[in-house]
Amino acid sequence: MGKGQTIVTGEAYTGLEDAFEKRPGLWSPSGKRRGLLYNLKSNRSLLFLAMPGLLVILVFSYLPLPGLLIAFKDFRYDVGFWGSPWAGLRNFKFLIMQDAWRIIRNTVGYNLIFIALTMVTAVIIALMLYELSHKLLLKYLQTAFFLPYFLSWVVVGFTLFAFLNGQYGIVNNLLKASGLSPEQWYYQSKFWPIILPLVYLWKNIGYYSVIFYAALLSIEPDYYEAAAIDGASKLQMTRRISLPLLMPIISILVLLQVGRIFNADFGLFYNVPRDIGILYPVTDVIDTYVYRSLRAVGNISMASAAGLLQSVVGLLTVSLSNYAVRLRNPDNALY
Amino acid sequence: MVHQAALPYRVIIVAVLLALSLICIIPLLAVVSISLTDEGEIVRSGYHLIPVKFDLAAYRYVLGSPDQILRSYLVTITVTILGTILSVLIMGLLAFALSRKDFYYRKHLTIFVFFTMLFNGGLIPWYILIARYLHGKDHLWVLILPYLVSPWYVLILRTFFWQMVSSELIESGKIDGATDLRIFLRIIAPIAKPALATIALFVAFMYWNDWWLGMLFIETPRLMPLQYMLQRIMSSIQFLTTQLTTNAVSIDLSKLPNESARMAMCVLAAGPMLFVFPFFQRYFVKGLTVGAIKG
Repeated sequence: MGKGQTIVTGEAYTGLEDAFEKRPGLWSPSGKRRGLLYNLKSNRSLLFLAMPGLLVILVFSYLPLPGLLIAFKDFRYDVGFWGSPWAGLRNFKFLIMQDAWRIIRNTVGYNLIFIALTMVTAVIIALMLYELSHKLLLKYLQTAFFLPYFLSWVVVGFTLFAFLNGQYGIVNNLLKASGLSPEQWYYQSKFWPIILPLVYLWKNIGYYSVIFYAALLSIEPDYYEAAAIDGASKLQMTRRISLPLLMPIISILVLLQVGRIFNADFGLFYNVPRDIGILYPVTDVIDTYVYRSLRAVGNISMASAAGLLQSVVGLLTVSLSNYAVRLRNPDNALY
Repeated sequence: MVHQAALPYRVIIVAVLLALSLICIIPLLAVVSISLTDEGEIVRSGYHLIPVKFDLAAYRYVLGSPDQILRSYLVTITVTILGTILSVLIMGLLAFALSRKDFYYRKHLTIFVFFTMLFNGGLIPWYILIARYLHGKDHLWVLILPYLVSPWYVLILRTFFWQMVSSELIESGKIDGATDLRIFLRIIAPIAKPALATIALFVAFMYWNDWWLGMLFIETPRLMPLQYMLQRIMSSIQFLTTQLTTNAVSIDLSKLPNESARMAMCVLAAGPMLFVFPFFQRYFVKGLTVGAIKG
């Protein structure tokens, strides 16, 4: 990869452009400047290929964008967008309310914990997997780790319920059997800041550890050979070779997650705590709060304001982070 | 693997990884085991990892009135198959076009696609667009279309094409007079099998496990996807039993296969995918290696 080329814009193979005589330059051989029509025409084949995908993105990701304005309106479902009166910043009032601080703290706090915990654990596991060479063992381990990833949060929620259920739960049964007193896991909030990150880790460890493991595999063994010849220890090899070469992929993943730091995984926070009110102070996040207010009160205005906030803050955060990362090392930047 | 760690370290590593892998598997085994346990036994002594008293009653109950379940299975299977095929095709073509150096609009369209990863309009506008303006409610396609293109997977596929597809390959195709589409289908796709298979699996799981679209847009039971139906049945059982308990109505709960039925439903909902997935597992590392890593 050339210097200064980021993940999104960087291009892999160079020097072969000349093989393409049809490359549409800006100037035709006769000196005339090529216009839009020419470009559209000569690229139409590839444009057709890209069209379906572009159309889907246009409809589902770009068309809703003007809807951001709903956050500034007093939206009435019956009169639709144009009929609803403007409301200025009134919809954002909820930010100053007591609840807001709590749900923002939960959302961002949990996301930070999730990111840190998952990345670190996944890298460690990937490094461990890398030390193994037994094919069958590797296959078994990867399959096992990946299993939770392919469950829906609904299923995960009930699986956890099977364990933490106050009456029947496996954990409580084990506690009772060993003479310890059982706990009402679902009715005490102190457990959940630990339970939720562990559940998130459980579900996602397979996905991230396999990505990092694949990345490790793509590192030239020569590096390790040379290091071994120079008498490096395993730890040094890990610190000096594996980790730096993993940085780009770690960096993309972290940046992408940072871009969604104001968005919570709704599936997790809705299904796993079983929507139990007592736990709200530690399990309620922006998305569940908004969902409940939508369901109960139909408060579209606040929901839109929250959505706008999430998107804007996310964009700001990822832009700042990306900028910071790019200053340090462009290879690690997203764009 | 030229330089492996010394044996004692390797033993520790294997032991740790095995222990962790058990943590991943045991909860699932627990669910299966509970679903096979006699309900009376559950009421008496709670859940256990191994069925204390084996009983298929839960499955008999759940499958006894199979109409809704079969219906939801059909919906989810249809959505998954259609969605996966369409999605991989569309994303593959898009990624292919974006990977071509001779594509004039490459940079513009790349930005067009990936900006959506960083910023979007939020839930409300998206919901209003689909429910109101696109008339998506209670329509099979609403379960498929919104998830067709995922910029992250397009990125992976594009990087894959960059690295695996040489311009000579495309050149030779063009010399033979093939259109870009043909080049993709005949030449590129076979090479890209690992990456396409990996993405196909992830997309399939996304469709299979989805309950979000179902919850938002589907109201008729006829079109309810599996996971959403599961969630509804679960919450209604929960509602029922809470009401019965709090109102001190004396119904012999052990006769109603409540707990085991819930777990049986979980098994039925998650089972098929868990079966399919190990078969595709061999594509993962290869597909992700080339796909997700820079140069």
